[in-house]
Amino acid sequence: MPDEILLKMKNINKDFYGNQVLTGVNMELKKGHILGLVGENGAGKSTLMNILFGSTVIKETGGFEGEIELDGKICNFESPFDALDAGVGMVHQEFMLIPGFQAAENIMLNRELTQRNLWVDVFGERLSLLKMEEMVERAQKSIDTVGVDLDAKTLVSEMPVAHKQFTEIAREIDREATKLLILDEPTAVLTESEAEIMLSVVRRLADMGISVIFISHRLKEIMQICDELVVLRDGKLVKEVPTKETNPEQISEWMVGREIGGGPAREEPIKKIEEMETVLKVRNLWVDMPGERVINVDLDIKKGEIFGIGGLAGQGKLGIPNGIMGLYPAGGTVEFQGKKIKLNNPRFALDSGMAFVSEDRRDVGLLLEEPIDWNISFTVMQTQEKYLKKFLGGLIKWRDDRAIAKLAQEYIDLLEIRCTSSRQLAKELSGGNQQKVCLAKAFAVKPDLLFVSEPTRGIDVGAKQLVLDTLHEYNEKYGITIIVCSSELEELRSISDRVAIVSEGRIAGILSPTAPLKEFGALMLEA
Amino acid sequence: MMEKIKDFLEAAGWPRLIIGLFLLALFITAPFVEVNIFTSLSDVIVRFGMWGILVLAMVPMVQGGCGLNFGLPLGIIAGLLGAVTSVELQLTGLGGFFSAVLFAIPFGIALGLLYGVLLNKVKGDEMTIALYVGFSSVAFMSMMWLKLPYKSPDMIWAYGGSGLRTTISVEKFWYHALNDIWTIQIGDHFYFPTGMILFFAFMCFLVWVFFHTKTGTAVTAAGSNPEYARASGVNVNKMRIISVVLTTVLAAVGIIVYEQSFGFIQLYLGPFWMAFPAVAGILLGGASVHKATIMNVIVGTFLFQGILTMTPSVINNIIQTDMSETIRIIVSNGLILYALTRTITIKSAKVKA
Amino acid sequence: MSTLKSKDNNIARFFINNAVPILFLLFAVLAIPMSDLSIEYLIAEMITRLARYSFLVLALLIPVIAGMGMNFGIVLGAMAGQIGLIFVMDWSIMGVPAFFLAIIISMPLAVFLGWMAGIALNHAKGREMVTSYILGFFINGVYQLIVLYSMGAIIPIGNSQIVLPRGYGIRNAIDLVNLRKSVDRLIPLEIGGIEIPVMTFILVAILCVFIVWFRKTKLGQDMRAVGQNMEVARNAGIPVERTRILAIVISTVLACIGQIIFLQNIGTMNTYNSHEQIGMFSIAALLVGGASVAKASIKNAFVGIILFHIMFVVAPRAGKTLMGEAQIGEYFRVFVSYAIIAIALALHAWRKNKEAEFARRSLRVDTEEAPGTSK
Repeated sequence: MPDEILLKMKNINKDFYGNQVLTGVNMELKKGHILGLVGENGAGKSTLMNILFGSTVIKETGGFEGEIELDGKICNFESPFDALDAGVGMVHQEFMLIPGFQAAENIMLNRELTQRNLWVDVFGERLSLLKMEEMVERAQKSIDTVGVDLDAKTLVSEMPVAHKQFTEIAREIDREATKLLILDEPTAVLTESEAEIMLSVVRRLADMGISVIFISHRLKEIMQICDELVVLRDGKLVKEVPTKETNPEQISEWMVGREIGGGPAREEPIKKIEEMETVLKVRNLWVDMPGERVINVDLDIKKGEIFGIGGLAGQGKLGIPNGIMGLYPAGGTVEFQGKKIKLNNPRFALDSGMAFVSEDRRDVGLLLEEPIDWNISFTVMQTQEKYLKKFLGGLIKWRDDRAIAKLAQEYIDLLEIRCTSSRQLAKELSGGNQQKVCLAKAFAVKPDLLFVSEPTRGIDVGAKQLVLDTLHEYNEKYGITIIVCSSELEELRSISDRVAIVSEGRIAGILSPTAPLKEFGALMLEA
Repeated sequence: MMEKIKDFLEAAGWPRLIIGLFLLALFITAPFVEVNIFTSLSDVIVRFGMWGILVLAMVPMVQGGCGLNFGLPLGIIAGLLGAVTSVELQLTGLGGFFSAVLFAIPFGIALGLLYGVLLNKVKGDEMTIALYVGFSSVAFMSMMWLKLPYKSPDMIWAYGGSGLRTTISVEKFWYHALNDIWTIQIGDHFYFPTGMILFFAFMCFLVWVFFHTKTGTAVTAAGSNPEYARASGVNVNKMRIISVVLTTVLAAVGIIVYEQSFGFIQLYLGPFWMAFPAVAGILLGGASVHKATIMNVIVGTFLFQGILTMTPSVINNIIQTDMSETIRIIVSNGLILYALTRTITIKSAKVKA
Repeated sequence: MSTLKSKDNNIARFFINNAVPILFLLFAVLAIPMSDLSIEYLIAEMITRLARYSFLVLALLIPVIAGMGMNFGIVLGAMAGQIGLIFVMDWSIMGVPAFFLAIIISMPLAVFLGWMAGIALNHAKGREMVTSYILGFFINGVYQLIVLYSMGAIIPIGNSQIVLPRGYGIRNAIDLVNLRKSVDRLIPLEIGGIEIPVMTFILVAILCVFIVWFRKTKLGQDMRAVGQNMEVARNAGIPVERTRILAIVISTVLACIGQIIFLQNIGTMNTYNSHEQIGMFSIAALLVGGASVAKASIKNAFVGIILFHIMFVVAPRAGKTLMGEAQIGEYFRVFVSYAIIAIALALHAWRKNKEAEFARRSLRVDTEEAPGTSK
């Protein structure tokens, strides 16, 4: 196989409304090679792939700077269809399959083989008959090329997950033009043995001449099949290197290290963890949260500590608070302040003295159509019956609007929430201010333990610091135990007393915030 | 000044403005086509009072996230049972009216509970199913009216039949029980049924109070964002059932108010179509499938009944034809259609409580 | 041992999936003897009703394929057909040509109405059934505007026999003497004293063939894809909105033809009522035949028409025998018609919610070392 270059991405820059997401990315991919793409969340992987694949979201947010050269030709994809026509295929994490169709029908979706008849001339193309038998034959060929034992007539709804994955790949290579295949975490939903098959499939495709961009956090797999790998960090391409010239430790360092062994460490002395009492005991926790599944987690959280939980997206860190607070089905044993916590029961968790600021501001954290004061006061009103005036011996619990407005104003002042008044609708606030409202809602409950997920997501720099400082203050002043889940390692290291890393639904390890960055990276990339 | 006008126009929305202007035009044209304004105005006010509580009944379910209550007939049936029981016991006057309400409430609660449990199982498709639950229950009761053990000669078929008549007059019992309280009569043409309007205002007050309580607040949150409510420890399913029961009971009360003004209890297929004017009324008032306020009820009912009353009399006199039925069909269904086809942002996915 | 278990399972599943038709069959078995109606009478009635309703019920199938649920909008097609018939009666055309002319005249109107309905339904995704229901009423109002007020006034109608005494507006009931049974009797056949409308059944058969053929075309395949997952279809490049509109247009056109067939069989047109209950009756019949909001077949249509109409014919008589009054039986059939739709819709919605829950579970990774992962 001649070492021809298939893809050149030159000096790619992309910003979303002033927020620089990719800076000066230069990348090359040879024909028939497999390129591993590694990086933390927010490093820019998805954006880079969206640009390559022509996603409309790129165009809608101002396009990108730089050039893409495919097979020697400059490309300007206006939509995924352009990319497909040019030979770029992408297999996403969510399956794009019609469950009631056979594999063959899915593989040939909207590219079916048809036969003209007289009705076509009268009423149009779409009245041509499908040549089902030929479609099945051709689909079977593509499936055989992929190299799996799958009957093209199988219904997608009756396939195991792995076969769905393979059907998607078969669909991409059925397109004769396909030169480049982007695989986004292809082994995420597969068992070990299925993953092995997937890897051999990818290798075979490469041997056929198709180039592959393989996005994964599983270093073992990357080392196994990738020819080269690329590390993205903070929107910059940190390293492009042939796989055999590097090792997992180096890769983790590149992925997380700002400077090798550097990064702002905590200023204050860290609490003496061993001497503190355990306030939250978690054993064998599992949580069925789509996209953040928790398989088996044990934790001992100490009273008064700030405990950070990090890890790559989708590995399960967000599942932990969601499960304990009853928002998603969960099981296992959880004890708080010595008492057993009933799972799958948000009310019980709240009544026990725990509170939660969800990572999902819009859908879980806020009542967008209601004003700020409603949002802040709702939880504490419902669970502790505060901000209510009681009449008729408690029969009528009247909402004390004035007290609620006062409460809201307190937090507006404290957290510097920018709004026109406490009556402004939540949907009109900026992301950062919405987040502050969510925090206020949790603080108002005066919890003994607070879970905060992605506390500074989507907030500008100034507000970020304010949020972190507030968390710190509440911990110091009121002794509230705080558990912070975040994809931003830096943030965790700056305020936590300890940091746990979650990988594949389990705790990979717990480190001191001052531990060298590469140790964090290694835990994250554990296969 | 211009800003304020613009804000008002935006808040009011096009449908209301168009219909409001149209109604105004009708009132202005009226005297020129020999339609007495005062009689018309009185008619509109009376119909406003008759329908007011039935439209008000829409609010709890919309706020609770259960959509527009096309199953209003279910609540109406509870009211019919109450009314018929009151007549059976030969109760008259204001006492008769209130006893009808009293009897209707337990039926309303029972039916509302069943209805609420059903709607909880079909989240996302509430409206379509409500429609058919409403229809089937009217048909079911039609079978029942023939067999229920009511014996009052004022109600059963003459010539020794069993089973209730289709239409039962309440003239001897509590006809105009509310309307006749503190009535204002000016001249020959203007008539204001103070009692009924006051009662309507009182019901609005009760609803207003409810939504200011802790439970009412929780119901609003459950409808506004079920995930948020659940995360705050609220039992969303329970809140939904509360909203359905409230709606059903209000409908029961509403139909009795309607009957005392109208003069007749209409059984069998009487309630069959009654959900639609109520739905059209509240939508015209500015409510959406997800949010409804008391102001929506007042504005919408007035505009809707205004159009229904004025259009026939004025237009019929202008073109010398009776098009009232057709216009009623076009206007009320057009409004519901408009509301159903507005793009609404999808709220978060299904909730377990 | 395990094969026996799976056999039981299959039988149980068969009963659950076909609960509704089985219930109706039970009803028929119990009620027919109570009604004192002869089997010959029932067979004759069923043949007539099959001829009358099959086309209309079959018109419902295509929107189901496209994921749009039960299309109450067939009422729009019915109204278009009726307008065609009015003109045919006006121009005093006779026999089978009258039938075909009516279809030709009403076709453009049916296409237009179907197009509008499709656009409306695209704006009400997820609420198609209620919306098409209300749309039916709305267009009925417009229909009245045209037929009751404009015809004879703004739209010239020559045949004074069909016009109201006041000078404009079409009469309430029109005797379709021109084409009564014209298609039915085109090929005369009588078996045991029962008239069999052969030509009509041939037309129905042609429609069945069309539907089977349509499913195998690209458009049919696109509709199936759109019906199962709009996002995936859109991503593959299928024009989702346009496909949905086409489904409604086809359904409306078929309903238009179906209504004309229906009316030539009955012989009289109730200008303002004939179309009103068509939606409800056809949908109830289809659901009784075992169809659901997401899945409907030709078999469902025929089984459903027979079972539903047996209930319809038998209920009043059985009611009289059982409870002493026919009235109960009549209300009973209204009740059953609506209740069956309510039950079918509720079951479907309930099952949809359960399936969504189950789908999330099946994405779970089943690793051997995962304790506590229940299924």
